[in-house]
Order: sequence, then C-alpha cells, then structure tokens
Amino acid sequence: MTLLKHLTIALFSIFFSLSTYAQTDGLPGIPSVEIQKLDGTSFNTSEISNDGAPIIINFWATWCSPCKRELNNIAEMYEMWQEETNVKLIALSIDDSRNMAKVAPYVNGKGWEYEVYLDPNGDFKRAMGVNNVPHTFLLNGKGEVVYQHNSYSEGDEYSLYELVKKLSNGESIDGK
Amino acid sequence: MKYHYQLAIFGLLCIFSFSLKAQSFQDVMERGKIRGNFQFESQYYQKDTDIGAEDVAEKILSNGYLNLNYTNGSFSAGVRYESYLNALLGYPTGYKGNGIMYRYASYDKDKLSLTVGNFYEQFGSGLILRTYEERGLGYDNALDGVRLKYNIYDGVRLTALTGKQRLFFDYGEGIVRGFDAEIYLNETFSAALKDSKARIIIGGSAVSKYQADESSRFVLPENVASFSGRASVTYGKFNVNGEYAYKYNDPSADNNFIYKNGEALLLQTSYSQKGFGLLFSAKRVDNMSFRSDRGEGQQNLLINYVPALTKQHTYNLLATLYPYATQLNGEVAFQGDLIYKFDKGSFLGGERGMDIQINYSTANNIDTTMLNDDNTKRQGYKSDFFSIGEVYYKDFNVQLSKRFSSKAKGDFSYANLVYNQDIIEGKPGNPKVYADVFIADVTYNLSMRNSLRGEAQVLLTEQDKGNWGTVLLEYTYAPHWFIAIQDQYNYGNEDKDKRTHYYNASVGYNNQGNRITLSYGRQKAGIFCVGGVCRVVPASSGLYLSVTSSF
Repeated sequence: MTLLKHLTIALFSIFFSLSTYAQTDGLPGIPSVEIQKLDGTSFNTSEISNDGAPIIINFWATWCSPCKRELNNIAEMYEMWQEETNVKLIALSIDDSRNMAKVAPYVNGKGWEYEVYLDPNGDFKRAMGVNNVPHTFLLNGKGEVVYQHNSYSEGDEYSLYELVKKLSNGESIDGK
Repeated sequence: MKYHYQLAIFGLLCIFSFSLKAQSFQDVMERGKIRGNFQFESQYYQKDTDIGAEDVAEKILSNGYLNLNYTNGSFSAGVRYESYLNALLGYPTGYKGNGIMYRYASYDKDKLSLTVGNFYEQFGSGLILRTYEERGLGYDNALDGVRLKYNIYDGVRLTALTGKQRLFFDYGEGIVRGFDAEIYLNETFSAALKDSKARIIIGGSAVSKYQADESSRFVLPENVASFSGRASVTYGKFNVNGEYAYKYNDPSADNNFIYKNGEALLLQTSYSQKGFGLLFSAKRVDNMSFRSDRGEGQQNLLINYVPALTKQHTYNLLATLYPYATQLNGEVAFQGDLIYKFDKGSFLGGERGMDIQINYSTANNIDTTMLNDDNTKRQGYKSDFFSIGEVYYKDFNVQLSKRFSSKAKGDFSYANLVYNQDIIEGKPGNPKVYADVFIADVTYNLSMRNSLRGEAQVLLTEQDKGNWGTVLLEYTYAPHWFIAIQDQYNYGNEDKDKRTHYYNASVGYNNQGNRITLSYGRQKAGIFCVGGVCRVVPASSGLYLSVTSSF
C-alpha cells in the first residue's frame, strides 16, 4: 500500500476515534454549519430547535419569484399554523453579497414572522444537498428530515400543512 | 520502511478500539449520515440559424454531477463526481471529460474547524476572497488546500487558509493564502456592551497570491497582497455596514499589465420595520481584478467577488436581454431600494392590502485620466475618487403586488433602463440602449390544487434589436406537476427576417426531493424561472432534459 493510503487510513482512524467522544450537537437532520443572523452575527445550525415541535426549513432568495410567492402565501396563514401545531418556519436566504443587504428590508417590509437566516456562500445549502431554490425540508419532533420538496406550485403549502398537522398529532411520516 | 507504516496503522487501530470501549462500532456507524444531491442535464441540439445556434457535432451534450457528504459527529467528508460528455453549450468550454475535482475531509469541534481538500470560503463581502460555486453557470473557483477556523475567544473568529484554485479539471498556477479575523464586539466585551442597543461587528482580512514571473517583457511582482477591513453596526432598526479593500500592484491581462494599485469600497445602510424597508448602497471599484493566474480571463481563477449593485432581474425580458455584470476594472455604483406595505383598508391598500417595491440603481465608470506612461512607470491612469465617468447602466423599477380575491393575485412592474452596450458587451460603437419595460404577472387559483399563471411582458426600445414581447402561461397541479409554454418574440426588429421567436414548452414532475423536467425550444441566457424553480441558464436550443435529486 502506498504511503498516501496508509496516511488516509490513519487520518480516518483518528477522526473516528475523536468523534466517538463528540456530542452530536443539534438536531440529527441538520448538519452543523455556520450561517448568519440578519444582523450579520454568526449562528450555528446546530442551535436550531423547536422544543419537539415540527420545523420547516425553507431555502429561498430575494431574486427567486416562486420562493417569494411561497413564503408570502404561507405568511397569510402562518399565525394559524403556529397556533394549531407550534410549527416553526425557518427561512434560509441564499442571497450572496450582491443581494444580502436586501433581505432584512424585504422580510420586514413584507411583515414576515419567520426566523430568517443568511447563507451567503451556500455552505448550509451545500451541506443539505440543495440544488435549486425553493427547497423545503420538514423535520419532525425529533429533528429528523421526514419530507422535502423542491419547487413551488400554488397549493403546495396545503400539502405541506397536512404533513405538519400529522407530525403535530404524533403520527409518523416516512416511517420516522 | 513498510514495517513502520504497518506498525503505525496497528497502533492507531489500537487507540481506535480502546476508544470504542464505551460505544460499540455499530453505534458509531449508525450515527453517520449520508446526504447528497444529484443533477443530470442533457440536451439534443438542433441547428438553429435564427438564433445563431450552429450544428453540434455530438448532437447530444450532457452535464452531470453527484455530491455525496458523510457526517458523523464532528467528522465530515465528501466528494463530488462531475461528468461533461461534452458540456452543454453555454457552459465554459474548459469542462471536458469526467472526474472528481472536489473532495474534502473536515473536523469540527467546539471552537475548532479544520478542513483539508476542496473548500469554499468568503471573507466579509468577498471583495478580496470568495470561492464559491454556481453549478448552473459552471462557476467553480474552489480552493484545494487547508483551512483552519478557530473561535479563539468569545465573539472572536479567526480563519486561515492556503490552497490552489480549481480551473476545470486542473489547478491554477498561483498559490493563494489568506487570513481573516472577525470580532463581534457585543460578545467579546459582553460586560460593557450587554445593555447596548447597538450590535457591532468588525473584521479584517489579508490575502496574498504567489505566481512565478516568467515574463520576458516586464518585471512582475510574484507575491501580490490585498487587505480589507469591514464594520457593521446595527442599532435598533438601522444598520450601517461597509468594507474597504486595497490591492497592491497586480499587473495582469485584465488591466493591461499596469502597476497601479487597486481599491474597492462598499457601503450600505438600511432601515427596516414591519411593513417598511429602505436600503441605500454605494460601491466604488478601481482595478480590482484579482486572479491566481494573471494571464487568465473570463470567469477563470478569480480570487475575489465584486458584486453588481443593480437589481437582480428574473423576469424574462429583463434577465435575458440587457443584464448588467460588474466591471472589475472600474465602476462607481449606487442603489436605492424601498419596500412598503399598504395596509388592508387603507386608500391604496384596498380590501386586501398592496405591496410596492421601488428600486433605482446606477453604474458608471470611474473617472480616469490616462497617464500615457506605458514605457515608464506603467501606472496606466489616475482617478479622482469622488468623480464619475461615463454611464454603464441605469435601472429604475417599480413593482406593485396585489391580491384581488381569494383566487386571484398579481404583480405589475415597470422598468426603465439605460444600457451601455459598448462597454458591457464589448461592442465598440454600439449606441446606448434606452428601454421601457412593462410586465404583468397574474396567478389564478382554479381550485386548491390547480392554478394558472400568466405573464405578459413588453420591452420598448429604439436601439439594438427593437421591441420585444414575452408571453408565458404556466399550469400547475400541486404538488407534483407543471406544464408551461413561453414565447419571447422580437417583434420590433427593423429587419423582418430577424424577428425571432424564442419559443419554449416545458413539463415537469416532482416528488419529495426529486424533479424531472423536459423542455423543448429555445432559451436565451439568464435567470429562468419556470415550474416553480429558478435556475441560472446559459443559452440553448433543442430538447432538454433535467433530472435533479436531493437525498
């Protein structure tokens, strides 16, 4: 075996041994990645939680019209959704430095009540395996991804909410 | 020698097995997670002389990639396999063949994060360093090397990196090394600032590149350094932030090998509260092309990213006909953005309220006075910081969003633009294009699952190719299906033979994280939003298939 292969095995072993001591912080469905809050401060995705209630993570951008349509449509019902199921929607903007400054004025201008974060270099988008926006993930009470959806058509929010209600009633989706 | 290695492996495996005393191997492996995404695009090309589409020798071109990421506790590793057999038209032609040009291993624990292999990173706004990917365009300037991030103290984050940049299936010649420090003052000085309404972040970075000087004509600097400083203050509903970057002499193909230093300044201020948002931005760029190979051009081996300050358009006529791209050699730009929600019941708001968005942006050249010192100091030109040069681009936009009933809503936009074709497209002598654009985008929900969306756009201009009109009709059956047809028609072209139709029909199905789209027709380059998804697309013609999946 070449030196490179030996070193690779050695490195992997070290990493594995070290990781057995590691606490798996955060929810199992979300990799631990540094993103930003709207004021530019750092935020780690492992801190995302909703006390056992369902979480929707939605990747969007200020230049993506279907994304804005989806989030504006849900905004009209969000208060009711939260009252009924305690669901939390996390709107993850993938706008880069060209449009990042527009996110806060847009979000506040539209009066959204979501938790909004910024992912300006696509680190979280990459880690979650997102190709295009909009992309929506639904996490159950245990923080596992039970559903995901790419694209938005009028009416998708109703299908999404059906699933959220199921989770909130303790039913399982996708066997989880 | 061989024995030493085997002994080392054995030793490490012993450590490994001892550390597993507490947990079984199965427990550890079960905590591991594989995530990934996949995209495959293929196009069957037809010769299309009307839009300048030549015959494609291979007939069928395809791009594909698969990203796999494995995470287990603090450890993660990943790989991306890419295939261009051959790359779709409109993609950078350097992409040929198959291979793995992205693989990494990283360790993240508490305050330390270590990555080896390929990584993407941005310092501040990216003015001196931004490596990123835009797969739709084939943009990928990832660094291959080592990156360390350390949260050395409360609110203080340090990043150090070194590597070579990707260039298709090879690497650029230059070595890039960088360092960044960012301090969130409220966290670092939490005792003093805990009651403060202000949140302050400051940061600074240094990036340098090394490339050997093989020029017989000039004495070129082998190490080129650039620095930047940034600050952001958020006070209640206000935010002010800025970044200044300075680059030492970097003669390159981009700036015609002058020894002038480069600088860039980006300033933004915004105010936002519920129902109202306001943003002002200003930018000045002077000689800021920064590549890890001074001889390269186009989108190759750029180390930094200087954003355009103009509105990013997604409507067909605005996104495909006269889109603006940052001029790295020199630009002064301003942008103002306002968004306001008229309340329900108010005069303009009506029964259901109305939203308005106004945007105005301008981009000009910097003021330049040529020095004619090509044979002496080669500084090229001097520029007065507070003066501006010729107009590159101006853009005024108004958009109204209104819901008419529980079933119908619409977005209505007007745009007025000035576009300097000479500079932006490199067509000397072409006149500036002055255009007015009107857009109506209406959605009607036939039922909870069925909806119909229609767009009508018109661009009026007396220059270039004359007037254009676009009509789009999209029918969706939530949550899985969509079908759309679009025609972009150059009806106003003076030359009747050149009144081209860019027609396009698409149909798609999506389920969970998977999506398949089939489309036929012609497409201009730009941002293409259809079927509920926005993608950045190059120009194309023919039968197009795309399959994407996230898992």
